[in-house]
Amino acid sequence: MERRLKLQKEAEPEWARRISEHPGCEGVFSCLQCGACSGTCPLSIYMDFGPRRIIGLVREGFRTTALSSETIWLCASCYSCAVHCPRKIHVTDIMYTLKREAIEAKLYPRRLPIPVLAQEFYRAVRSRGKNPELWVVLRMALKSHPLILLSMIHTGWALLRTGRLSLHSEHSDGIAEIKRYLDLREVA
Amino acid sequence: MSEMNGTVRIGVYVCHCGTNIAGIVDVKALTHYAAGLPNVAVARDYKYMCSDPGQDLIRQDIRDQHLNRIVVASCSPHLHEATFRNATRAGGLNPFFVQMVNIREHDSWVHTNHAEATLKAIDMVRAAVRRVAYHEALEKGRVSIRPEALVVGGGIAGIHAALTMANAGKHVYLVEREPTIGGHMAQFDKTFPTLDCSACILTPKMSAVKNHPNITLWTYSDVTAIEGYVGNYNVTVTRRPRYVREDLCVGCLECLEACVYKQAKVPDEFNMGLSKRRPIYIPFPQAVPQTPVIDPETCIQFKSGKCKKTCIEVCGDRHAIDLYMQPRTEHIEVGTVVLATGFQTYDARRSPYYGYGHYPNVYTALEIERLVNASGPTGGEVVLRTGGHPKSVGIIHCVGSRDENTNRWCSRVCCMYSLKLAHLLKEHTGAEIFNFYIDMRTPGKGFEEFYQKLLSEHVHFIRGRVAEVTDASLHSSEEGQLVIRVEDTLAGFVRRIPVDMVVLATGLEPRADAQEVRRLFNITCSNEGFFLERHPKLAPVQTFTEGIFLAGCCQGPKDIPDTVAQAGAAAAEALALMDAGYMETEPNTAYVVEESCSGCKTCISVCPYHAISFLDERQVSAINPVLCKGCGTCVAACPSATIRQHLFEDEQIFEEIEGILEYA
Amino acid sequence: MAPYCYFPGCSLRGTGIAYEESLLEVFRLLHLPIEELRDWNCCGATSYMSIDEGSACVLSARNLALAHKGHYRDIVAPCSACYLVLRKTQDYVERYPRIGRRVEESLGPGRLRVLNEVRVRHPLEVLYTDVGLAKIKAHAVRQWPGGKVACYYGCQMVRPYADGDPDHNPVRMDELMHAAGVPTVDFPLKTRCCGGTLTGTMPPVGLRLNEILLAEAHHRGADAMVTVCPLCQYNLDAYQADLRRRSKTFSEMPVFFFTQILGWALGSDPARLGLKRAISGRKQIAQWFPKQRAEVAAHV
Repeated sequence: MERRLKLQKEAEPEWARRISEHPGCEGVFSCLQCGACSGTCPLSIYMDFGPRRIIGLVREGFRTTALSSETIWLCASCYSCAVHCPRKIHVTDIMYTLKREAIEAKLYPRRLPIPVLAQEFYRAVRSRGKNPELWVVLRMALKSHPLILLSMIHTGWALLRTGRLSLHSEHSDGIAEIKRYLDLREVA
Repeated sequence: MSEMNGTVRIGVYVCHCGTNIAGIVDVKALTHYAAGLPNVAVARDYKYMCSDPGQDLIRQDIRDQHLNRIVVASCSPHLHEATFRNATRAGGLNPFFVQMVNIREHDSWVHTNHAEATLKAIDMVRAAVRRVAYHEALEKGRVSIRPEALVVGGGIAGIHAALTMANAGKHVYLVEREPTIGGHMAQFDKTFPTLDCSACILTPKMSAVKNHPNITLWTYSDVTAIEGYVGNYNVTVTRRPRYVREDLCVGCLECLEACVYKQAKVPDEFNMGLSKRRPIYIPFPQAVPQTPVIDPETCIQFKSGKCKKTCIEVCGDRHAIDLYMQPRTEHIEVGTVVLATGFQTYDARRSPYYGYGHYPNVYTALEIERLVNASGPTGGEVVLRTGGHPKSVGIIHCVGSRDENTNRWCSRVCCMYSLKLAHLLKEHTGAEIFNFYIDMRTPGKGFEEFYQKLLSEHVHFIRGRVAEVTDASLHSSEEGQLVIRVEDTLAGFVRRIPVDMVVLATGLEPRADAQEVRRLFNITCSNEGFFLERHPKLAPVQTFTEGIFLAGCCQGPKDIPDTVAQAGAAAAEALALMDAGYMETEPNTAYVVEESCSGCKTCISVCPYHAISFLDERQVSAINPVLCKGCGTCVAACPSATIRQHLFEDEQIFEEIEGILEYA
Repeated sequence: MAPYCYFPGCSLRGTGIAYEESLLEVFRLLHLPIEELRDWNCCGATSYMSIDEGSACVLSARNLALAHKGHYRDIVAPCSACYLVLRKTQDYVERYPRIGRRVEESLGPGRLRVLNEVRVRHPLEVLYTDVGLAKIKAHAVRQWPGGKVACYYGCQMVRPYADGDPDHNPVRMDELMHAAGVPTVDFPLKTRCCGGTLTGTMPPVGLRLNEILLAEAHHRGADAMVTVCPLCQYNLDAYQADLRRRSKTFSEMPVFFFTQILGWALGSDPARLGLKRAISGRKQIAQWFPKQRAEVAAHV
């Protein structure tokens, strides 16, 4: 039986303040908790928290809970939340920030395909400059839920026979330049 | 020309203000420094200069030390300039020989470094000591106040203000734009929290206005021009033609029935378009005056000249209908003005996610008020636009309020009226009612109890801002209804709630022409567009223009109790002026030295208060000291430095500048 | 006139190849010069932004800088995700100094300003504004043989950078369809998310989102759907067999790119519009667009 009591020592207010300093996250402290975001989000019914509660967690500094959630990964970046929010909070940008922190802190749910896909996509683009869809999906499936591949077989076949599956992977000519750009450390 | 007249003897008083100043500024050192300045006869420091003993110091010193200038280093002049001027006058010295130095708001409250703050205070006091030597004796002006008042707007605020002033024996002109007084309150069904019938409490006051010997009621009229200044306003009122003579009409209303339009065709504004009226109409049965009005845009006779004119026929010997009526202009002189022009409701079409105007069964709150009202378009029966009675209703709070995308403010009355509508709709239809709110704002007397009452009536209260109203159904149980998608933040689920009727609790906003009106009356407005009060706490009904007062929602959203209270306050302030009969004016006004005025008129175009006029005979500008607010714009703009300002003479300012820059 | 710079993005070379084929065909028929951006790189879409924001903006910035170097005034990004990311980068490098500095580090000092000198545009808006409904109508030579269509705008083209069409009720695609003589239905879910990559990563969730869209389109009387984004088209198109397995009442329908329909109306050879790449609704497509070589030859 789970005991859901949050002690104040778990809260990290400094982290909350840092989050609010990320580009796009300025509005996190002006949230009314009105629920317009969760109300309009088409994915909120599948999420463990939903955007409103995630912002509630962020404001109070519950870093681990927020970063280990599935909620942030189910966000499809449709921006409905940002457009409905009466405080004009860029909820989508907050979700992206949390995704990035979850990966950095390795707190994301490890077998959830979505963060795995993001990382495979990232690696592919880093090494080629372009996104070879087939390889990225294959690697994602293998690293998270290999059984997904079974359900994808007939889709894959349909794509192949209609000529929509590029089997060879393209490289960008300027890949050396791209790598150089991307390798620069982020400016503090 | 001002000069040092005779020997100047200055008293400098440094206030500690408890620890507010003394905690940061070294007041002892400051006083010691001041004592050594030229022309300073005495320098003292004291804990609270504004207190009686503090003021006594000044009074005593003026007599004992033969002081003829006073410098007080303390707080902001906004707070205590009047105090120290009065103390000075009580000591027998002209009050305008005082100069205040703000070492609190400008120094101790905004700096943390003691040494630097003290140095700053020293600079500021030195500057003031140099300046005050050049002050001259000035007298306040006096302007007489006429005992007539103008009230603009005939809603409950205007009505109450007018009645209060009329009862005090003043003559009041009440100008109302619509054909009847009553305003929005006449449209409401019941009022919260007592559920008093709105018309029942309003109409006696409307009647009282009509019958009051001291009130001149002009409906269907607008103020088109206003000139002058406090106590002496010249107002032009344009009275639009009703085409029915008020003095001849007996209010039998037979002309309405007799109109050639057998079917009413024009959307009825009073009933929010839910019913139709004829071109000749009366807004509602208890209208004051009880005189119909003809709308020339829709009347056949006006549009084509070919009407049987059955209305004139049935009016018979009374001959009250006059189709050749012309607009009339009235010129009146009044001493004070009360603006009570009211509000408009938010246009719900600006919130497209709620479907107003797209789905027929989405209503605004005002439309529901008319729908449930016994004298409304359906006689109080709640009938949907698509027919039938609703079995479920969703009331959405905060439409056009608390929203960066539309209006930022809270409209204050919507939670309460949404509770009221929930109650009325349930009473009329027995439907299942859902209120969707973000916060429940019920602060007034009896308001929380009203909320409890609604809770006990089993109205659903769901805390969540509605995301959308849609007719796209996900399940057969939702077919044919309007689905409200919302996160029930209290229960913790996203819900889809199908309802037959959606009511939008639209917020209050400034009227569309609020900017034109405020420019006409030369007052200011806030960021949101509501008319601006002089001070939110200490002067909530005054404006920055003397003699013009505010009452009701034109100053900000509020309910009827607060509106009536504010209207009474505005009337009282206006009465205070009118009963006193005169008002003192500050002498820090600009003046033209006629001999050097070249008549270029530069000053006239820059004056924001229209205080400067051109004297044709002498070809010079003249400044009205009552309208002049001492802003100094004309003084700076005058190319020949002909315009000067009392209390801000060049010598005074330059001495102050040199004082700041001089190094001790 | 200066040619439009074409930014295909990774999808238009893979799952969205029909979009590229029909888009280039439409531009050709309307005599709009368009050139592919040389050595473009992936825009990063949503995935890159989830890992490293600064780098994501760098990826877009490189493309914008390349477009500027090529003296293009407009960069046309058909994929809604690419469109959004490019616009967002232009916006954020100006609004957030932190991002501006990161991008400047990569591109070089003083290069930030070129990023906003190219206009990022979606082909829907280009055809609506630069060509106009009247011209489309005048050039439409063919009768639409199909049924009514439901125009589906998706998310990332209308939010948050809508570029003129209101995000709660965009109408430009519907109007273009009307100009081409294609009847549309009222479709209230036109901007409701298709789930993006969720059909691949969380199939039950992704499938359900698309089921809702297809079911409502059918409920409103549509015989086909029309899209502007390769991922939306893929989601709506590729999984209809699964949806039919889930629900007996599910009705299969073709999902077009708006450029395929426009291309058809403007008289293109259907073979050049990628119609054969459809996965669902192939029966309707075969019915509506039989191989009519003779007719085609007469018009082209």
